[in-house]
Amino acid sequence: MNVLELTDVTKTYASGELEVHALQGVSLTVRRGEYIAIMGPSGSGKSTLMNILGCLDVLTSGSYRLAGRDVADLDEDDLAEIRNKEIGFVFQQFNLLPALPAWRNVELPLLYAGVPKAERRARAHEALARVGLEDRVDHRPSELSGGQQQRVAVARALCGDPAMILADEPTGNLDSHSTEDVLNLLDELHAGGRTIVLITHEAEVAERAERVIHVRDGLIAETDRVAA
Amino acid sequence: MRLGSILLIALEAVKLNRTRSILTVLGITIGIASVVLTVGLGLGAQQQVKDQIGALGSNFLIISPGSSSSGGIRGGFGTATTLTRADAEALASADVAPSISGVAPVTSTTQSLAAGSTTWTSQVMAVTPSWQEVRSRTLSVGSFITDDDVLNRAKVVVLGSSTADELFGGRGGIGQSVTINGSSYTVVGILASSGSSSETSSDDDMVLMPWTTAATTLGTSASTVSTVYVTAASADLLSASYQEATAALNTRHGIVSGDDADFSISTQESIVEAATSTDRTMTILLAGVAAISLLVGGIGVMNIMLVSVTERIREIGLRKALGAKPDTIRTQFLMEAATLGLLGGFLGLGIAVIGAAVLPDLIDQPVQLVWWAVAGSLAVAVGVGLVAGVYPAGRAAKLAPIDALRHE
Repeated sequence: MNVLELTDVTKTYASGELEVHALQGVSLTVRRGEYIAIMGPSGSGKSTLMNILGCLDVLTSGSYRLAGRDVADLDEDDLAEIRNKEIGFVFQQFNLLPALPAWRNVELPLLYAGVPKAERRARAHEALARVGLEDRVDHRPSELSGGQQQRVAVARALCGDPAMILADEPTGNLDSHSTEDVLNLLDELHAGGRTIVLITHEAEVAERAERVIHVRDGLIAETDRVAA
Repeated sequence: MRLGSILLIALEAVKLNRTRSILTVLGITIGIASVVLTVGLGLGAQQQVKDQIGALGSNFLIISPGSSSSGGIRGGFGTATTLTRADAEALASADVAPSISGVAPVTSTTQSLAAGSTTWTSQVMAVTPSWQEVRSRTLSVGSFITDDDVLNRAKVVVLGSSTADELFGGRGGIGQSVTINGSSYTVVGILASSGSSSETSSDDDMVLMPWTTAATTLGTSASTVSTVYVTAASADLLSASYQEATAALNTRHGIVSGDDADFSISTQESIVEAATSTDRTMTILLAGVAAISLLVGGIGVMNIMLVSVTERIREIGLRKALGAKPDTIRTQFLMEAATLGLLGGFLGLGIAVIGAAVLPDLIDQPVQLVWWAVAGSLAVAVGVGLVAGVYPAGRAAKLAPIDALRHE
């Protein structure tokens, strides 16, 4: 079953007088449980693609079906619910709230899902243990290394038990050791049956995926099947 | 999502953005405290003046003789000798002026007083026994001048409280003697203080003497008087009393046209009115100043809120990416702004209440707390905080999450 289905999607930004055509007709399907990597140089439109996949941005034309529902038919509240329940985000910039300790960052999706406090706390601790940070639950992001911060972000993404993880350059700001840690975590999540969409410009990171989609100038240039 | 959870998020955000929260609360606190206190001071002063004048007795008329004219030079009001004791007696008659309940003719003269080696200068008032009731004064000790004293030209005096203090210090004075213009008088009573705290008031510095005695020993006129105090039977009969007194005196003095009147009548009411209208002007002025300070404070609060929401647009984007609905974001910021507003409001009220309790002792001015100043300032401060905090947050909540996340 296809969890993501993009048909001839375009995205145009108005940048002053200029129109930037970030996506110029992208069609793509992702099966449930698939691990794909989207590769391309900066400015190729890969981040725009990821934002549209994550319902963080709206498309200009074409259609996007997520788990069988056309996103164009959904209102703001439905989209919020999809982001909350179906998708876990991992950003290049980590995007943790600096004032909150690690476990409070991790529990945020559960908070917006209306999960009671005791359960939120337990699940956040569990998620942090899963990324190897059980002894860092009360640390603020500023007290953690970059790799640890990204693992907190991964814990936040998996805490709500979403069907799909969207990771936008998750290793872009990490050293090779931390990169390995985070990629191993994504492998584990994939092994657990989750759909993973990974955006990167590094070939060795993309190697982990089953399928690599190359984006260039707002179009899909080629698709490599890495593993069967 | 339950409101309770959003409230917790909001309270936490207030705690975490400490500097911003303190600045916002401070702005609201100062704005509200200043408005409530300035309005309170103005109203307190107004009430004080009313009380002072009320202490004089508010339902009486003061009749003064008109101006004198000699050799083409006209004197001021009260210089003529057109008002007589016979006039006063006529006004006291129920046939002539049924609305008038009391009449007290007074002639005053300034005299040097002596008690032992202590001297003092004061107004000596030649009065009738009715004076006490007409001026609604009480005695702290002794008794007032009686009809017998008047009949017998008794050499007795009643002293104002300040006068007694000046002459005898704190040691009473009843039964002691005071020398005025070479004659000795026995003190039979001392007036209780009029309660007026005005420094310039002479209500407590006076010597009262039977008018017959004064006419004999001090040479004051036995027929003309300098002032006649008239009380109305009740406060609503004041204007009837005014008209009866005017008609009676016009008839007695053979006056046809009001322009020729050789007397003038003023009421305490008109004095009260003039004094309170001055104070009302002051209150409006103070309230204006306070309103401007509230406005300035409000703009300060608005700036802090606007800046802080702008700073937090990335946070809003992240919360949306993690599943917060636009309504949830708006509610969170609404609760944050309301919490800050109420916190500042109650702190401001607390300071105003403390100020109202402490200030009167420090600056010798009463402060009156009024609900409309409290409610008005609270509404403005909290309202400004809400609008300035919620409006930009609502706009940010409407952005696509990625635009908010990318906001610099």
